Amino acid sequence: MLLRHTTKEVKERKALTVNPAKTCQPVGAMYAALGVHGCLPHSHGSQGCCSYHRSALTRHYKEPIMAATSSFTEGSSVFGGQANLLQAIDNIFGIYEPQIIAIHSTCLSETIGDDLGQIVGKAKDDGRIPEGKHVVQASTPSYVGSHVTGYANMLEAFVKYFAFKTDEKLRQVNLLSGWVEPSDMRELKRLAGLMDIKTVLLPDTSDVVDTPMTGKYQMYPKGGTTIEEMVSMGNSMSTVALGEWGAKSAAIALDNKCKVPFSMNDVPVGVSATDRFIQALSTAGKVSIPEIISEERGRLVDMMTDMHQYFYGKRVALFGDPDTLLPLTEFLLDLDMKPVYIVSGTPGKRFTQRMEEILGDKLAETKFKNGPNADMFLLHQWIKEEPVDLLIGNTYGKYIARDENIPFVRMGFPIIDRVGHSYFPTVGYQGGLRILEKILGAIMDKIDATAPEESFELVM
Amino acid sequence: MSNYLKDRESQILTKGNDAAEISCDKKSLAGSVSQRACVFCGSRVVLYPIADALHVIHGPVGCASYTWDIRGSLSSGPQLHRLSFTTDLKERDVVFGGEKKLYHALIELIDKHQPKAAFVFSTCIIGVIGDDVEAVCRKVTKEKGIDVIPVMSEGFNGTKKDGYKIACGALSKLVGTNNDYEAPKYSINILGDFNLAGELWILAEYYKKLGVEIISCMTGDGRVEQIRRAHKASLNVVQCSGSIMHLAKEMKEKYDIPFMKVSYFGIEDMSEALYEVAKFFKDDEMLAKARELVTNEISKLLPALQPYRQKLEGKKAAIYVGGAFKAISLVKALRLLGMKTVVVGSQTGNAEDYKLLKDLCDEGTIIVDDSNPNELSEFVKLTGANLFIGGVKERPIAHKLGLGFCDHNHERKEALAGYVGMMNFAKEVYASVTSPVWKFVK
Repeated sequence: MLLRHTTKEVKERKALTVNPAKTCQPVGAMYAALGVHGCLPHSHGSQGCCSYHRSALTRHYKEPIMAATSSFTEGSSVFGGQANLLQAIDNIFGIYEPQIIAIHSTCLSETIGDDLGQIVGKAKDDGRIPEGKHVVQASTPSYVGSHVTGYANMLEAFVKYFAFKTDEKLRQVNLLSGWVEPSDMRELKRLAGLMDIKTVLLPDTSDVVDTPMTGKYQMYPKGGTTIEEMVSMGNSMSTVALGEWGAKSAAIALDNKCKVPFSMNDVPVGVSATDRFIQALSTAGKVSIPEIISEERGRLVDMMTDMHQYFYGKRVALFGDPDTLLPLTEFLLDLDMKPVYIVSGTPGKRFTQRMEEILGDKLAETKFKNGPNADMFLLHQWIKEEPVDLLIGNTYGKYIARDENIPFVRMGFPIIDRVGHSYFPTVGYQGGLRILEKILGAIMDKIDATAPEESFELVM
Repeated sequence: MSNYLKDRESQILTKGNDAAEISCDKKSLAGSVSQRACVFCGSRVVLYPIADALHVIHGPVGCASYTWDIRGSLSSGPQLHRLSFTTDLKERDVVFGGEKKLYHALIELIDKHQPKAAFVFSTCIIGVIGDDVEAVCRKVTKEKGIDVIPVMSEGFNGTKKDGYKIACGALSKLVGTNNDYEAPKYSINILGDFNLAGELWILAEYYKKLGVEIISCMTGDGRVEQIRRAHKASLNVVQCSGSIMHLAKEMKEKYDIPFMKVSYFGIEDMSEALYEVAKFFKDDEMLAKARELVTNEISKLLPALQPYRQKLEGKKAAIYVGGAFKAISLVKALRLLGMKTVVVGSQTGNAEDYKLLKDLCDEGTIIVDDSNPNELSEFVKLTGANLFIGGVKERPIAHKLGLGFCDHNHERKEALAGYVGMMNFAKEVYASVTSPVWKFVK
């Protein structure tokens, strides 16, 4: 038992995180920047940060992940990283030829007081940024928030930099997405397409971190939101933002800068959240909901009905990022399951408020926590107090699942021991079907593996 | 070679065309997409396999998250090293300091887990905010009666190699602290094996057959107690010299323990390692046993390799690994399979290793230090390689280019050391290079 150290009694911990249910801001900034076409993420800090983030994303996507680093030295930590960043900008435009460099800071550069805006300003004044090329920067100190915060900060930076309002009114809707997979981004676009709404999706990592095998290596794959598209966001009719943690600050920034109004929605995981998303899209695009989407919804509800007996009353523990945990919790309740333990390392007071709204008086026994000390160790302790029938979360859940023999469904970031998340969405009604398939598969595999011979069933 | 960062030219050479020595031990250029990591990473990977020690990462959450159970270093007993402990510093701590947090974290963890020793890793900002980690460690050592060892591995403070050196410093604080132990006549320490995929256990088997006792392994399947008495061994046998040579040198100076550099990879190097150790002890019986073992293993292995060699003959390989010493063994092992190395490079090789590499390789082989994906893919295209040997960040690039791949880093799933490792290597290379999937790529 790898986690034999976990005790049942939950003790208040003063100063310690054990097996974190989050990681730091820069990796989120890197992921968001990969969703912009022709963009090279740049980590302003020590070499290790960039290497770790690239490895983490590579393990998750099984794809080459490109990013550059300022390669801090002892000297830069004393005298500041300006020289490194200026040299980096020269080198990157000289050799790697991106359209955009998206710089994010690190705990080190923030602590020594590097001002990215000022350094980028100097690069511009010095003529280091070639005509038609762009340098965008976001402050992402690792000691604030989590990887989701970094994602949001980078997204906001893109919107602030590029979106531009002119007199032209475009019949299009902005989709600002929280942290989801490339498969989900593809699905969001497909749904909007079915509704005949022209959208600009930011970021869009489809065709970037899920590229086909061609025998060629492309530093900048064909996907990603283009500069032109980002600029045009300022003239859109409105914005549909998905996920408060990931996308709200960008939506506000866009509203402030270009007066594009937005609606704040959950990431469309599960039937209720997808209903709201489709409604929001139809309102924003001023279209009615086509039959074909109602049919997709019907198929999901059909499976929920057919398999209800396997969902009913099952206790579920889940962990991950707020933007997906909230709608997922709602979905589990819609399935008649019991989401009893919920943990997110990502801080934010709204989590409690939203969870209370979703849980209402349906499930008084649910324990949930986010922010400091909300880690996998705590989740495991809760599970030891009273077991669950299902665990949902990223790969790091596998220790608990194995030790406690709990069916385990992988969702979230990172998933470094299974594949599929890049290709099969969990958003929308189709995504709902996939979640159900996975939940049922995990639960039923355990039933089949452990049922006594006499009650081993052929038909389920 | 025009397509590379100009300042990198001195770190790339083609045997036969470039007369000059390769330049290495350089910091990476700012702005390069380097495959290298940092000082912290170097220290962390070296100390990580010590399974009964507590490893606490002092800093914001990221450094702990990314190094949580990522190294396939197996332990035969405790698994404490596979958990992730961090002080998870917040903005407040950056302003007011994190010493108290660290102190409480250590006390709490030591009370709970009763580790044999603790390593406290400093990350980038610790140096900058001025936490006195050493003082906290001293205080906790005193209160709890176990060694709490500061590892001052701020990421920016050099390269990954400097991190190795710092880790060696931490190890040397433990070495020599237990004198109540009498070592058997023929005893060694294994330095620089990390028991990836259980490789140490294969080696231990061989040494046992020779009648040699392993006092400690640093750090694969490592235990604090064994490290404490490591100074009682007669010889240090050093693999992966880049990471742990400092310790070998220090132990030579301090305890007069000689060391020898070996590699356990490939038939030639593995056999030579066993012979050298036997020769060191000047024991004819041991030498005879070594001969017997080697003969025995090779007579089984060579015919078994033959079918693979037939399929692989003439194929070309590109190698990009952490240290250059490992690359040398790889070139030889590939030769044994009839394969030619056309590109070879490392993140942190030193001048001596690169010289050996240059001597060993064929004309036209590209040798490179601290490379990046663009260069590597260019080299591969240029040379028409069929196989790439590397680590986590190289795998998807190789696959995108339509090349077979073998992980010779932390993510290897099969043991590659020893004779059985050579067999595994052949199978893995064969499987990847001849995979039917490549026919869909052309």
